[in-house]
Amino acid sequence: MSTTHTLAAEALTLAYGDRVVIEGLDIEIPPGKITAIVGANGCGKSTLLRALARLVAPRSGQVLLDGQSLRGRPTKEIARTLGLLPQSPTAPEGIAVADLVGRGRHPHQKLLARWSERDYAVVAQALADTGIADLADRAVDELSGGQRQRVWIAMALAQETDVLLLDEPTTFLDVAHQIEVLDLLTDLNRDRGTTIVMVLHDINLAARYADHVFAVRSGRIVASGAPSEVITDTLIRDVFDLDSVVVPDPVSGAPIVLPRGRHHVRPLPGTHHDALDPTLPGDPDDRAR
Amino acid sequence: MSAPQIIAGRRHRQRRHALVTGVLVLLIAVAYAVTLMVGKTFYSPAEVLAVIFGDTVPGASFTVGELRLPRATLALFAGFAFGIAGATFQTMLRNPLASPDIIGISSGASAAAVFGIIVLSLDETAVSLMALGGALLTAAAIYLLSNRGGFAGTRLILIGIGVAAMLDSAVTYVLSRAAAWDLQTAMQWLTGSLNGATWASVLPVVLSCALLAPVMLSQNRNLGALRLGDDSAAALGVNVRRTRVLLIVGAVTLLAFATAAAGPIAFVAFMAGPIAARIVGAGASPLLPAGLVGALLVLVADLIGQFAFDNRYPVGVVTGVLGAPYLIYLLIRTNRSGGSL
Repeated sequence: MSTTHTLAAEALTLAYGDRVVIEGLDIEIPPGKITAIVGANGCGKSTLLRALARLVAPRSGQVLLDGQSLRGRPTKEIARTLGLLPQSPTAPEGIAVADLVGRGRHPHQKLLARWSERDYAVVAQALADTGIADLADRAVDELSGGQRQRVWIAMALAQETDVLLLDEPTTFLDVAHQIEVLDLLTDLNRDRGTTIVMVLHDINLAARYADHVFAVRSGRIVASGAPSEVITDTLIRDVFDLDSVVVPDPVSGAPIVLPRGRHHVRPLPGTHHDALDPTLPGDPDDRAR
Repeated sequence: MSAPQIIAGRRHRQRRHALVTGVLVLLIAVAYAVTLMVGKTFYSPAEVLAVIFGDTVPGASFTVGELRLPRATLALFAGFAFGIAGATFQTMLRNPLASPDIIGISSGASAAAVFGIIVLSLDETAVSLMALGGALLTAAAIYLLSNRGGFAGTRLILIGIGVAAMLDSAVTYVLSRAAAWDLQTAMQWLTGSLNGATWASVLPVVLSCALLAPVMLSQNRNLGALRLGDDSAAALGVNVRRTRVLLIVGAVTLLAFATAAAGPIAFVAFMAGPIAARIVGAGASPLLPAGLVGALLVLVADLIGQFAFDNRYPVGVVTGVLGAPYLIYLLIRTNRSGGSL
């Protein structure tokens, strides 16, 4: 499967009414890699993802798929290359898993045509790849949260796009299911070469699973690169206004962020005492600002 | 599970769909036939068929050909139109309360018609045209009002309910000033009735169904994608706005023509979709079954209204009696499951 599709944005400005969320942003998604977009709540990361998926029309600037602007191109044609799993899709009451996954075939189907053999084969493969083949005839609303998320990912797989965008695919899942979903996406990336772009809340999961991280603050990209290079305590302070210690994660070697809140902080050997004093409102640098 | 097993599962669900559709068509045929045969005078199937094929049968030619046949045909097609229109709105907005008779579109038709009858003293054709215009205008107003700063289904429903209340009070005001002889005609526009169905009033409904139902049914797959949410639909390559406008215009036109001929037969648009979804399975495409359920509802309700009691009641009274408890049930259920609108 091809990994040559490129996704980028040029001088992108996005706004809801008068409120400008993103202004003059340039971004190039590394093809064939897993990319995570991280940032604080309301920083514009979801809006950016939605714009990359043509769900938000840019106020100015453009999104380029394979070097061509998305604007004015047939949306069904784009949907054969670019898939999106939104944050909270709705499953019709009572729909069977296989039928929902089959909806992913929409951009490959004619309006009135029946399912082709290929449609069935792809749906079967998507169910198998996500480990939910046994659930094919069950109703989606009977499933657990983790299973349901697999169904949605299977639907995105059935769409057979080389680029897949996901808006917080791990929200509402417990830690085991979060890891399961991210492992699944990694398989997809490694086995099929699918370019994956996801907005992630959890900076530590982003650091572990992404090849490339974009850190967004107030609608601007403040850092871009491999997690081990860009995720530092300075970046975390810049992006989240949070003091932290960043150490290598003993399991994966990726950086892991240990937040330093106001409570439960133990003085570390060799650290300046003031910075850790729980009676002080924050870092001395912050107070000075 | 392998591809053949998935095929088997899907075939099974499609068979259920086909079976339900077949049974509904059969029941409709029976109800239609009964409507043609039964009345003050009973006519045998042979006599009815003779009339349909253009033979002159003393008595039956008039009673069946000019009274019962238009009545039954209007019931069939108006019910079908109401069912499709209602299910389209409910499915598209992912909410069973989003039916056009709840969100003011039927009220728009009624208000325009009552205004035409009482204030402007228009004739039947002009009143039908006004009802059509009223429905389309109301739909456009509700859509535009709810579309500011991005489309939101819930906002459309709430605005629609508000608009419905306003229009209904306008109707009440006009009726309170009406002359007694206008009231009779105007009342039809409040509950819906098949009395006075003529071929002239039935024909536009049949034509609108023949033209628009295929268009609506061709959107089944897009509608199926819209049910996953606007974002998912757009990501699957559905032109969300175009599909939505097409479906709204189609549904409102179907509803308006049916309303112009039969009045806003209470709750048919509202009940048909959920009943159809219950029997075909919710994942299936609901438009055709909803249309059939609508047709069956109106045919059966009219039979009940005509023959079950000592007095004859207009069909809208019967569907209203059936529909109101269902509305309450739906509200209680929504409340219990913790959902908002």
